[in-house]
Amino acid sequence: MTIKKSSSNILTYVVLGAGAILMLFPFVWMVLTAFKSNFEAMQIPPTILPSQWNLDAFKKAMDSLPFANLYINTALLIFFRIICAVVFSSMAGYGFAKLAFPGKNLLFGIVLIQMMLPSQIFIIPQYQMLASMGLTNTIFALVFPGLVSAFGTFFLRQAYLGIPDEISEAAYLDGCNTWQAFVKVMFPLTTAASAALAVFTAVFAYGDLMWPLIANTDLTMMTLASGLSTLNGQFTTNFPVLMAGSLLAMAPMLVLYMIFQRQFIEGVAMTGGK
Amino acid sequence: MKNKQRGNNMMWGYIMVGPTILGLLILNIYPFIDTIRLSLSATKAFGAYEFVGLQNYMDMFASTEFWKATWNSIWFCVLTVPVGVFLALLLAILLNANIKGKSIFRTIYFLPMVVAPAAVAMVWKWMFNAEFGIINSLLGTRIKWITDPSIVLFTCAVVSVWSSVGYDAILLLSGIQNISKSYYEAASLDGAGPIKQFFTITIPMVSPTLFVVLIMRLMASLKVYDLIYMMVDQSNPALTDAQSLMYLFYRESFIAGNKGYASAIVIWTVLLIGVVTAIQFIGQKKWVNYEV
Repeated sequence: MTIKKSSSNILTYVVLGAGAILMLFPFVWMVLTAFKSNFEAMQIPPTILPSQWNLDAFKKAMDSLPFANLYINTALLIFFRIICAVVFSSMAGYGFAKLAFPGKNLLFGIVLIQMMLPSQIFIIPQYQMLASMGLTNTIFALVFPGLVSAFGTFFLRQAYLGIPDEISEAAYLDGCNTWQAFVKVMFPLTTAASAALAVFTAVFAYGDLMWPLIANTDLTMMTLASGLSTLNGQFTTNFPVLMAGSLLAMAPMLVLYMIFQRQFIEGVAMTGGK
Repeated sequence: MKNKQRGNNMMWGYIMVGPTILGLLILNIYPFIDTIRLSLSATKAFGAYEFVGLQNYMDMFASTEFWKATWNSIWFCVLTVPVGVFLALLLAILLNANIKGKSIFRTIYFLPMVVAPAAVAMVWKWMFNAEFGIINSLLGTRIKWITDPSIVLFTCAVVSVWSSVGYDAILLLSGIQNISKSYYEAASLDGAGPIKQFFTITIPMVSPTLFVVLIMRLMASLKVYDLIYMMVDQSNPALTDAQSLMYLFYRESFIAGNKGYASAIVIWTVLLIGVVTAIQFIGQKKWVNYEV
């Protein structure tokens, strides 16, 4: 029995290990290529380690893309998207879960409709609104479609539905009004769900490509993802530069993931299904 | 007192949902209606629009490029969804085994989810490069992974499965971990082996999660854009053989400026997603088990 069990464990390790190598290899190859010269990257057969670790590719990538701007724009986009999603979705989630008012089901229907439609169906009119306000190439433009979140509302409504009514009633008896009961008592009880929503929002905002590409066409107002796509067109054959750019674009999220991996995985798994 | 409380509640209800509802009306409901209107209009000079009825749809249905893009999107689904979901289920079962170092594996498999698809695509594009890419070097082949019309979509599918398998596995894993141990104990007492237990307990009990993952993957692959956009640039000779509906939508609306025609494409895509999802919801009755 134990022999059988340990042999099946070994098989599990072998399969998981082989898969893990497949998952990690592209990242390793990106790093190794980024430190090679363009000449060395195109050698046949390829060298594994760079014969000389040089930073030329990073210099070239940073010369042709304003990475400082891209980092700041992406950070601001993520920051404002998270604030908007958590604040407005918490309010609405609480309202839909715990308060009674006429037309509630109809209004919740609007939330559900938005969730069911793919975002591309909104994108042309959203762009036209933005353009008519003269607000393209701004941080606001990046945040714009994510000012409110139907998914966040739906998700946090579930979280508030899980809190027993007695808790808010106790707060009312202590003299809280609805707003105070929400801010002081109910909202703190949903921190795990709010954190999950924040992680989900950050990962999505960071990876999104079509909207930033459309809304902000000035290189200095792009995000890491859309900036990287312009590098793609500029250096079609200089692979070390492309890999250096990819590495620079991935780095902040990779570092955050190393530190908060549990929160990332649990957060995204909790919000799964979207 | 009770009445006042209720009236109060009503006012607070509108205040709480107000910002979100207002935002959704402006950012989503109005644009949704406007896209339908645009799909029935032609773009004129100075940003004006003229009602043309179903002309855009007729042009669309007469376009081979459009049908090719529809076919590419469906084919991309066929290439990615069954294989991807199967591998994710396999991975979830392995990650559920009682072994050391599980969390390290979990972290590694989840990694592609946190990096931007644009960056992921760029790395794979380099690895799949026909002349200098590592994949051809390792295989000893000279396959034109990205520029051969008959291979390019397969290449994109490989990258897509690589990107999503860990995420799907984590979702399935949480479904598997929710299955009560007592089912397995009872089955063991009845003499059922691991393989029989897998098909009679694990699969039926995880089927609701499996269904969610399947629907999510189907929708995501039907509207795939960023991966193909980054892997297959617009000068690639295999563009029309890889171009998905959303890629065509992007090119028509924001590069060629045919917003009416592009709106028709996006409406068509929504209908396609709707039909595929509806088929899944009808089909689920045969295999998804909601009894707990």
